[in-house]
Amino acid sequence: MNFFVAQHIIKNYANHRALDDVSIDIPEGAIYGLLGPNGAGKTSLIRIINQITGPDSGELFFKGRKLEPADMNRIGYLPEERGLYKKMKVGEQAVYLARLKGVSKHDAIRQLKGWFEKFGIEEWWDRKVEELSKGMAQKVQFITTVLHEPEMLIFDEPFSGFDPINVELLKREILELRKKGTTIIFSTHNMASVEEICSHIALINKSKKIIEGPINQIRNKYANNTYQLICKYRPEFNPSRTVGEEYEILSEKIEDGQHEIILQRLTACPTNTLLRRLLDKTDIISYQKIIPGMNDIFIKLVKDMQ
Amino acid sequence: MNKTLIIIGREFTTRVRKKSFLILTLIVPILMAGFYAFLMWMLLKDDMQERKIAVVNHSTIDAPFRKINNTVFEYVTEDIPENTASDFLKTNNFYAIIEVPEDVIERPDIPILSYSQVPMELKNEIASQLKEKIEGIKRNAVIAGTNIPDLEQKLAAVNTPVLVRTLKVSAETGEAKESSSEIASAIGLIAGMIIYFFIFMYASQVMKGVIEEKTNRIIEVLVSSVKPFQFLLGKIIGVAAVGLVQFLIWVAFGLTLIVAMQTFFLPNLDLDALRQAGPIATDMTAITGTAELNTEQLQIIQKVAQTIDPMFIVSFLSAFLFYFIGGYLLYASLFAAIGAAVDNETDSQQFLTPLSIILVVGLYIGFTAMKSPESPLVFWSSLIPFTSPIVMLVRIPFGVPTWEIVSSMALLVASFIFFTWLSGRIYRVGILMYGKKVTWKELYKWLKY
Repeated sequence: MNFFVAQHIIKNYANHRALDDVSIDIPEGAIYGLLGPNGAGKTSLIRIINQITGPDSGELFFKGRKLEPADMNRIGYLPEERGLYKKMKVGEQAVYLARLKGVSKHDAIRQLKGWFEKFGIEEWWDRKVEELSKGMAQKVQFITTVLHEPEMLIFDEPFSGFDPINVELLKREILELRKKGTTIIFSTHNMASVEEICSHIALINKSKKIIEGPINQIRNKYANNTYQLICKYRPEFNPSRTVGEEYEILSEKIEDGQHEIILQRLTACPTNTLLRRLLDKTDIISYQKIIPGMNDIFIKLVKDMQ
Repeated sequence: MNKTLIIIGREFTTRVRKKSFLILTLIVPILMAGFYAFLMWMLLKDDMQERKIAVVNHSTIDAPFRKINNTVFEYVTEDIPENTASDFLKTNNFYAIIEVPEDVIERPDIPILSYSQVPMELKNEIASQLKEKIEGIKRNAVIAGTNIPDLEQKLAAVNTPVLVRTLKVSAETGEAKESSSEIASAIGLIAGMIIYFFIFMYASQVMKGVIEEKTNRIIEVLVSSVKPFQFLLGKIIGVAAVGLVQFLIWVAFGLTLIVAMQTFFLPNLDLDALRQAGPIATDMTAITGTAELNTEQLQIIQKVAQTIDPMFIVSFLSAFLFYFIGGYLLYASLFAAIGAAVDNETDSQQFLTPLSIILVVGLYIGFTAMKSPESPLVFWSSLIPFTSPIVMLVRIPFGVPTWEIVSSMALLVASFIFFTWLSGRIYRVGILMYGKKVTWKELYKWLKY
């Protein structure tokens, strides 16, 4: 069984069903992107994984056995709406949050000092949270989320509210955590970051899971045999006559002396055959299969449901 | 359990370290000390101001007034018309002018002219001196008119001062004990008011804390570490600890103060002897260690001493602690549920109003309990958990049967357990619910989630 498994989760609120028979399967060491439009049920699912609320029915498994309250200490959670006690000092507050995750006071202080040094924020220790800027407070919050070295981390829109430099810093930390073996759940709308760091994704829409799996498999699945050919521009080159009847030209673009052609393969035909046909006629710069971005897949799937 | 302790620790230390806590903890005893000192001073010290009062005596009464403390009377012969009174007072440095009219025996009505408001005590003393003189003259006339021998002595023998001593009989031991209902009411009422204030203040603190955590969104992180109910419990207990510490500081301060004051004002007072002494003890000077007190003052001190004996202090303080904790737990959990249901403090009003009304009604019944501690209204409201912390405390100094106290306490415990459970259910839904105007109906639905 996988690292974290949710089976047939149903969650009802007074007037609507937030999650309708949702199952997810998260392999160990994955960066698992939880995607979906606003109100799809992502937050409800995250809260159930965090044991903040319980499902009406369905089961949750952590490392092969049933999820239990003690597992709260092994999971770290950075919610989308972030907040700290405004009147409390940064260091004290971080120690408090770490202790609530089961870290001893002594260990918490030692590790926090390390993190504060790493982020270059040692001098904030005795300052009140209300004196910090939003970005600063978020750094502190990130540290408190990962301090207890959780085996699984849940980030809800982690990059919102960070400036680009801090986003980079955060990405680096997240990838480093993964290297150490942490399994990460990532809820976001930002498809660029999904492609960049996620290994697996699940798409949730209207309380239901639409698709789940390794990100490359999904993208390949939605690749509909389109290819991009770039060659040096030669006025005498006529692509439509060269590619043969197995291929249809979808679009052409000439720019900076380069000729870009988008092809659709209609019937089976090895790539080598096509390339052989082209070799004499033009100077090929590149030829590649077009794999749709997560953004396109996301929009397509959500639209298909309506 | 360990996590609950960590939460209690934070709730406690952040509040105790606040300046407002320090200020309140220090100011209340200082006010208390001031009040106590004022009372003692009023009780023991006479009016010491030096005054000169001019008396224009037109009547036949010879020297109607004698010196009252430091106020002396000077008899002037010339008339002082009202329009020159001001000049007269100023030039001769008199405090007031009293004019005793010729027919004062028939119409006992005299004016006092003064720049300032004449103190009530002085006024009463002037009236009673004049009354005594006039009554003496009239009595002598009556005695002279009748021919009964030794009438004066006989009349004097008729004069019978009556003293009502309130003795409380203990239902358990059958023992009768001297007590004072005035002192009992005062203590009960003060305790009732303090408990009302305490419940309100600390329950509101819990509510404010819940709202703060909800609005700054830290609650979502917190409840991913501990169960919401566990967190709520930690918060409620932590705030209660703040209240208890404050209360204990006050008690310690108050007791020290009382002892200090007593040593200052009546250094040689033997309290135990005073308690044991009969109502009109013969050798009061030996007990009090001072001869400066008159009988009236002594009686008051004796009453206080008899009502507030060490046994009473201990049992009353324990009752106070129990009702404070019980009442606080009941209201704090409800206030917490309200805090969780709303998005900001202004929205909390609609839910707070009914609770505040119940508390205020409790306080008013407490006032009534002072006058009639056994009436049915008072009886029932000292059993009902929402009002019992206040009303029962007012009743206790008057003596309450044990079964009533026990059932009142049991009901309070049962209801705070029930309401804490109920509030916990509202709380765990409410803290994650934003931007929704919550109605009573909605709250009811949350209970069933």
